[in-house]
Amino acid sequence: MAGGVAAWLPFARAAAIGWMPVANLPMPVAPTEKNKRQDELIILNVSGRRFETWRNTLDRYPDTLLGSSEKEFFYNEETKEYFFDRDPDVFRSVLNFYRTGKLHFPRYECISSYDEELAFFGIISEIIGDCCYEEYKDRKRENAERLMDDQEDNKDAKLPNMTFRETMWRAFENPHTSTMALVFYYVTGFFIAISVITNVVETVPCGSSPNQKEVPCGERYTVAFFCMDTACVMIFTVEYLMRLYAAPNRYRFMRSVMSIIDVVAILPYYIGLVMTDNEDVSGAFVTLRVFRVFRIFKFSRHSQGLRILGYTLKSCASELGFLLFSLTMAIIIFATVMFYAEKGSSSSKFTSIPASFWYTIVTMTTLGYGDMVPKTIAGKIFGSICSLSGVLVIALPVPVIVSNFSRIYHQNQRADKRRAQKVQKARLARIRIAKTGTSNAFLHSKRNGLFNEALEFTQLPYKMNLSDQSSTEEEQRLKSTSLLESQHHHLLHCLEKTTNHEFVDEQYYQQSYLEAGLQNYSSRSPSLSSQDGVTGTCCTRRSKKHHTPLPNASAPAHLQPLTHTHTHHQGLQELSTIHIHPLSTSRSSLNMRVDGPASLNCQSNQITTAIISIPTPPVTTPDGDLSHQNVVKVSAL
Amino acid sequence: MLSAIWETEGLQTVGIVMLVFASIKLLHLLGLISFSEDSVEDELELSTVRHRPEGLEQLEAQTRFSRKELQILYRGFKNECPSGVVNEETFKVIYAQFFPQGDASTYAHFLFNAFDTDHNGSVSFEDFVMGLSILLRGSIQEKLNWAFNLYDINKDGYITKEEMLDIMKAIYDMMGKCTYPALREEAPQQHVEVFFQKMDKNKDGVVTIDEFIDCCQNDENIMRSMHLFENVL
Repeated sequence: MAGGVAAWLPFARAAAIGWMPVANLPMPVAPTEKNKRQDELIILNVSGRRFETWRNTLDRYPDTLLGSSEKEFFYNEETKEYFFDRDPDVFRSVLNFYRTGKLHFPRYECISSYDEELAFFGIISEIIGDCCYEEYKDRKRENAERLMDDQEDNKDAKLPNMTFRETMWRAFENPHTSTMALVFYYVTGFFIAISVITNVVETVPCGSSPNQKEVPCGERYTVAFFCMDTACVMIFTVEYLMRLYAAPNRYRFMRSVMSIIDVVAILPYYIGLVMTDNEDVSGAFVTLRVFRVFRIFKFSRHSQGLRILGYTLKSCASELGFLLFSLTMAIIIFATVMFYAEKGSSSSKFTSIPASFWYTIVTMTTLGYGDMVPKTIAGKIFGSICSLSGVLVIALPVPVIVSNFSRIYHQNQRADKRRAQKVQKARLARIRIAKTGTSNAFLHSKRNGLFNEALEFTQLPYKMNLSDQSSTEEEQRLKSTSLLESQHHHLLHCLEKTTNHEFVDEQYYQQSYLEAGLQNYSSRSPSLSSQDGVTGTCCTRRSKKHHTPLPNASAPAHLQPLTHTHTHHQGLQELSTIHIHPLSTSRSSLNMRVDGPASLNCQSNQITTAIISIPTPPVTTPDGDLSHQNVVKVSAL
Repeated sequence: MLSAIWETEGLQTVGIVMLVFASIKLLHLLGLISFSEDSVEDELELSTVRHRPEGLEQLEAQTRFSRKELQILYRGFKNECPSGVVNEETFKVIYAQFFPQGDASTYAHFLFNAFDTDHNGSVSFEDFVMGLSILLRGSIQEKLNWAFNLYDINKDGYITKEEMLDIMKAIYDMMGKCTYPALREEAPQQHVEVFFQKMDKNKDGVVTIDEFIDCCQNDENIMRSMHLFENVL
């Protein structure tokens, strides 16, 4: 129950008077407030700053430090206040939680100090209100990543027994671990650069013989370039094979982006080797050479920034998609408009709408080549609108992409959003558990509290003694439920009595639902329904209520009587069944209850006596068994 | 010649487009059409409701609570409703917190109507405290009166079977689904029958206030349970 509405509990209890005329059963006794104190102010001295609050405010959350008796450890007798040697600023948030029922996370606060204070005061961080929860989780994740990064830096220390393979892999992944790795790193970098420059220079026209036109260098010095290419490709192949050998998980390595780039970089050469001097495919071969430029992407192993850029583009995919989509829309609109506006002018370059696409793109990106210009007035007007809107459409998603990049760059590694989703689910699950915890607390205390009620009503003298001793564990359990909780449970109990039904938890309900299906055809009710008491005494009430057999009985046990009712139509067993509530009370307590028949009859309506009249002897044995079972079950509890 | 026609047509297009835009803008200015969905609500002024209760002395005189009790009550009340009045939604939310397993909103609705004696749609602190004074410190007669008022939904002085059925269903709704024995559809109806059998002496199908009070006073269970909450607060 939320602490904030604790103040309304008296109202809810008073309103319960509305159920009284409707109820047919007597109501349970209200929990009395033993040693009822006047509400007093408590002084909490946190490192010199004094906070004062009502005792009731703190009692709202009995499972925290301030709400339980744990705070007595901090009580200072001389100054009559509770002294905590903690941070007073964070304590403000903690105390506000008691007052308002909502826990807030101040933005300026350090996440780890806040967590420590929460842990000290026994407050779980899941109940941070929705207003501050996102911020809290983000900061926590950042902190965790920072710690993780620190740990990773320390991980580079070489472990004693590493196989040659593992050493090699580590050398490849972290070049600064050994000089060999560093040398290898620079050599490959150098050769990548060489290879790229070679590809570029190959196409430059260099020197011409007087009788021929300009030829590119590649055709002039074919052999030299070929040797260069071969050397580079050989180095790359060796490197790739070595990485493949050293990889701990080869299949995963082969699927990774970097290895695909490596393969794509060296494949054209080998394909070219295979298909030399074949006229038909030479065209395709030329195309393949284009892929040699992918070698430049091998640089991303050497540059952190390049990797981050690639990652950013991947993570901004939605923004980029939006940019593309909006641009396409605008292009189509403006191209159509320009086409129809320019249709009239003679010698217009806007021959068709697709032809106008080129104009629109060039104008919207403010390039303005000038190869296509509108000539009519309408065309010029729309053209100017087009260029103005182009600036806007492009400018909109760009800041998003930029901020994404900077965020990723600064953090260097980002946890998946999927992990955040999982945490969100976990949080919701926890909140749901806390909610069912309230109802479960009621059910739980009902079982334990029956003992309390039985005692309270009939055996007052006995109870007086008990309260003095406080030795039995039931008594201690009594004390542990706060007054607020016991009042709330009393309220729920009154509702049960009014409607003549009980609260049960999910699984019990499912279970009894299944069993209800099993004995739908039991014809017991006719004989008992005549006892439909009006506002009868509890005993007749009870027998009407419990038609179902033992909930704890196993299926065969209560299928037996069913078959018997089927075959022996005469004389139903007056089996007013035992409804044994799954109590966890000790045997001794039950004996005490059974001892006092008066108390048994009127107070504890969970246990009824089993009246089994057995009509015929043949039936006796199984029924006897059943009754025996019943009896056994009673005493076994 | 074709080009000339197209040229003028182009200008005409521009003119038409501009005219359309201008008319749309004019209509928007006049408030006949709105582009955004909630622009109409922006025009409504949000009146902040604030209510200050009467002084302690007056409340002390009108109710049977002591000064200290009134202080405690007001502090709790104001904590949950800083504006000083409870509207029906807040009321339902607060009441629902006490019954996590079921749906308390229908019963909270009836309760709200019972507390809101002047029927202005909100429960102020005075209404709240008057109601509580009757429930906790009132005589049996007054409490029964209050209960009758709660059951009589249309406040005509008679409880009909339909009204009682509504109330009963609302109470059973608070139990929720997971009950033992499992809640059947006819349970509220049966309960209503039992109630009417007990209360309706002249069997005319309605329960009047006198029948109600008479019958309750003769029933010791009800009498005993009326005194149950006397030490609340």
